[in-house]
Amino acid sequence: MGATSHPVAGRDGLAVLDAEEIRRALTRIAHEILERTHGGDEVVLLGIPTRGVPLARRLAARIGEFEGLEVPCGSLDVTMHRDDLRFRPARALGRTELPASGVDGKTVVLVDDVLYSGRTVRAALDALTDLGRPRAVQLAVLVDRGHRELPIRPDYVGKNLPTSQREVVHVLLAEVDARDAVMISDAGGPS
Amino acid sequence: MKRHLISAADLSRGDALLILDTAEELASLADRPIKKLPTLRGRTVVNLFFEDSTRTRISFEAAAKRLSADVINFSAKGSSVAKGESLKDTALTLEAMGADAVVIRHSASGAAHRLAGWVRGSVVNAGDGTHEHPTQALLDAFTIRRKLRGTSRTSRTSGTSGRGAGLEGIRVTIVGDVLHSRVARSNVLLLSTLGAEVTLAAPPTLLPLAVDTWPCAVSYDLDTELPKSDVVMMLRVQQERMTAAYFPSVREYSRRYGLDAARMARLPDHAIVMHPGPMNRGVEIAAEVADSARSTIVEQVANGVTTRMAVLYLLLGGTEFPAVAS
Repeated sequence: MGATSHPVAGRDGLAVLDAEEIRRALTRIAHEILERTHGGDEVVLLGIPTRGVPLARRLAARIGEFEGLEVPCGSLDVTMHRDDLRFRPARALGRTELPASGVDGKTVVLVDDVLYSGRTVRAALDALTDLGRPRAVQLAVLVDRGHRELPIRPDYVGKNLPTSQREVVHVLLAEVDARDAVMISDAGGPS
Repeated sequence: MKRHLISAADLSRGDALLILDTAEELASLADRPIKKLPTLRGRTVVNLFFEDSTRTRISFEAAAKRLSADVINFSAKGSSVAKGESLKDTALTLEAMGADAVVIRHSASGAAHRLAGWVRGSVVNAGDGTHEHPTQALLDAFTIRRKLRGTSRTSRTSGTSGRGAGLEGIRVTIVGDVLHSRVARSNVLLLSTLGAEVTLAAPPTLLPLAVDTWPCAVSYDLDTELPKSDVVMMLRVQQERMTAAYFPSVREYSRRYGLDAARMARLPDHAIVMHPGPMNRGVEIAAEVADSARSTIVEQVANGVTTRMAVLYLLLGGTEFPAVAS
């Protein structure tokens, strides 16, 4: 595991993964996907907005480098399928973009930044059902912080991060946040 | 966003953009095998129509059903309204049935506003007299943005250029019976909120009294406006609301303010022709114009469902309002 040899405390909390460690974790996940899917044939990567989308693109690029294989990559917004809509103000929708090849009969790898309660993934599974019928669905996450509330388990994990429920985990990605890092802070820290 | 959608003036620029961007995402639903989302499961939407309507009622019904809401259609004909029941009593009946949203169309201006004071759910104005029709303005703005700001999704991988964009620099000319048009009023308010430059082109008799207080320009001459227009929106001549002679004859009106092929040729190449429907072919718009490639009339209907889904989602999809939760 990418050990946090020099945790850096900063304004946003404690950095538990730096850019280099994120890069290594994604490289390993890309290899694992190739291994588990027997060469990445018929694989479709779907990122869950916001930060799952650039992660899916990075994984697709890695797989392209390693195997010269172009893996279809898209995004899957789960907002309309969430189970907590009634408890929060209506929120803006993310983007759902499927690759032209669709998802029927494919092995879909859902990609997200943090796995926590598992409710987002449950919503994603529902959203996916309405879009087609994949042969199999797998889950890749950069950080698994535990505290599952549903029987959901990731297939590929960048880093297992034991946390308390009071803590907040932030994944920062260059595409969205101008830098790569995984931060952990106490509740009441940055929102 | 406010709890009700009564007037286009209720929408800030941020609200309007949120609705348009939400509609943009929902538009892709039409290409999918399952054109339905579970979001409003268990919510009830009542379509309360005191005035005849085809596209608006069907559009709201389709929108609510695609979001999995239960829809109750109520039209004045064949209901207790025909026996003389008042709007308030009808509203209280709906209240007792637990409507989460009421979509109302009424011949009296202000009916939606009154209703909002009597029910706990959200009220969506689907046209009240000659006052407003905000969802029509939203779908028109959505159609304009897609057509002229290039978000039209020809391929699934197309860019995101129109998302978050307003209508700055787009010149819209609204032509014809402004006086009786709730569509015109809502469009002037919304399009100017979004940054478009709106001009009304109409005979003086068909302009409302206080039009100089509206955020738009006014012209009596359509022909000088056409070459400067990116969008021409033709309004229906609402003869059913006309209680006096507003113009000498339909033929003369049509000759001065109707859009025919010769007038359409004066438009810039990229310009589009809109009409909220239903059309009086041969009066305000010639058949060849209505059926031309520039006309967005059919697209407006399709965009109507998407835009109304966005409105219903944003009004009903989130936190229950405290009054309703009790």
